[in-house]
Amino acid sequence: MGKTLAEKILSAKSDTDVCAGNIVVVPLDLVFVQDSTGPLTLRQLNESNLNTIHNPKRTILFLDHSAPSPAKELSNDHIFLRSFAKEKGAILSEIGEGVCHQIVAESFARPEDIIVGADSHTVTAGALAAFATGMGSTDIAVAMALGQTWLRVPETIRVIVHGRFAKGIYAKDLILHLIGRIGADGATYKALEFGGETVATMTMSERLTIANMAVEAGAKVGLFPSDSTTQRYLEDQGRGEQYIALAPDPDATYESTTEIYATELEPTISQPHTVDNVAPVKEVAGIHIDQVFIGTCTNGRLDDIRIAAGILKGRKRHSHTRLIVAPASQKVLLRALAEGHIATLVESGATIVPPGCAACLGVHQGVLGDGERCLSTSNRNFKGRMGNPAAFIYLASPATAAATAIHGEITDPREFL
Amino acid sequence: MMLTGKVFKFGDNISTDLIAPGRLLHLRSNLPELARHTLEDADPTFVKRLKKGDFIVAGKNFGLGSSREHAPLIIKMSGVSAILTKSVARIFFRNAINVGLPVLICDTDKVNDGDKLEVDLKKGEITDLTNKTKLYVNPMPDIMLRILEEGGLIPYIKKHKSFDIR
Repeated sequence: MGKTLAEKILSAKSDTDVCAGNIVVVPLDLVFVQDSTGPLTLRQLNESNLNTIHNPKRTILFLDHSAPSPAKELSNDHIFLRSFAKEKGAILSEIGEGVCHQIVAESFARPEDIIVGADSHTVTAGALAAFATGMGSTDIAVAMALGQTWLRVPETIRVIVHGRFAKGIYAKDLILHLIGRIGADGATYKALEFGGETVATMTMSERLTIANMAVEAGAKVGLFPSDSTTQRYLEDQGRGEQYIALAPDPDATYESTTEIYATELEPTISQPHTVDNVAPVKEVAGIHIDQVFIGTCTNGRLDDIRIAAGILKGRKRHSHTRLIVAPASQKVLLRALAEGHIATLVESGATIVPPGCAACLGVHQGVLGDGERCLSTSNRNFKGRMGNPAAFIYLASPATAAATAIHGEITDPREFL
Repeated sequence: MMLTGKVFKFGDNISTDLIAPGRLLHLRSNLPELARHTLEDADPTFVKRLKKGDFIVAGKNFGLGSSREHAPLIIKMSGVSAILTKSVARIFFRNAINVGLPVLICDTDKVNDGDKLEVDLKKGEITDLTNKTKLYVNPMPDIMLRILEEGGLIPYIKKHKSFDIR
């Protein structure tokens, strides 16, 4: 019987023929934590008496959520993580190197890998056809020690995308549209698997944006096939030899299929306080915005910064709207500098903050004031997310974010394209 | 094991940002202090009014969002004996079971704030003593049930050394 991508990867790695609904124990290719979940992971590891690390060379501790640290308690958490990495020989990703999911995509994830991370957006690596999923600290502690975990083989919702994006429409608009359509729990416990002619021509950057937000529909993984785009991306990162082709079987069994026509998409925005509360940008255009934030594991890549800089070139942010830009990684920052985008953004009035999670999770670098509204390219707009339950968060593409920064109110980016 | 307590009713989509917000990230290595703020942004008086053994009863998609295990951990530390919800986000579900906090999936529409409940964890039976109704609990996967019965993943792993899925 034909297999979905999820069934294929989990069958290959568990060395058994599995289908949706089975429970499997699988070996892990990469295990990671970040600085907001890592300290609890290490304390649980200590508690479990399993004080060994199964594969230190494939175990990473990222300092990205509070980086550089804004508080002594968090600095102490960083000390704890650094000393553990040193003692066990695990990989440490220092402050300023970037967001864990971006670095995993650039330097670690391979097609057919099974990756678990103590961060819900671990799903991002599904763009490279890795079965990548988020877990909590205790699961990750055990995963680090044993080199394996248990998983339920998920049912799969196939998402087929037809046609080309029109001008001003991006991967972010597509994934926000999908989440709006199926709901914040529309894919809970399930795999989302993307296919169709639009997906075949999508860049890796676009795939990463979409896979990243699979969890906002509740999904366990958001999987893309491994194809020539994957191969080129791996080659570009100096890892071409790690490429393998991977696609679902044509006769795979899906729980359901959702079709999206890219040509019919509009610039899309998610309104406070749930990600599935979406609307076309034009329906909410004109709403005053105090802060625009461009960055994160969703939309902090070179393509995103290039798009934003393209719109902001020769223009200024509105005087009442702050503009914060956080490249997703050091690599992204260096390339954006080399291409001149950082200078363009600074000239337009942007504040550039170090590669990392920055303002996304409400700990530093752009915490919102009472009653303020932020338009962000990140993935979550829950009440309190950006550090203040009395603030309001809208989610949209980097193009919509740049256009909004210019007018100081929610703006359809197509007027600048 | 029989649990009894009072209901604290919440709506749909209670995110981990409402349970354990990022603005309190600096307290994550000080869990007793963080627990004093459990669900503060959803109900500022929750921790003050809660008595040990009480229940959180919610609508759909409880615990969506971040993988922070601090969320179920501080709910447990604040004295909640179980969460009853129509549906639960995947990561939160695993985390809750891993820290030994039961999450029971059931139709919570008829349960009201302040009702008194009796929960038989072994039989999976919930009785609303206030409105005299019984609720049916959807069974959880065997592996999760066994982890919960051991009191969480750490005691489970200490005993079994690895995952036993047979």
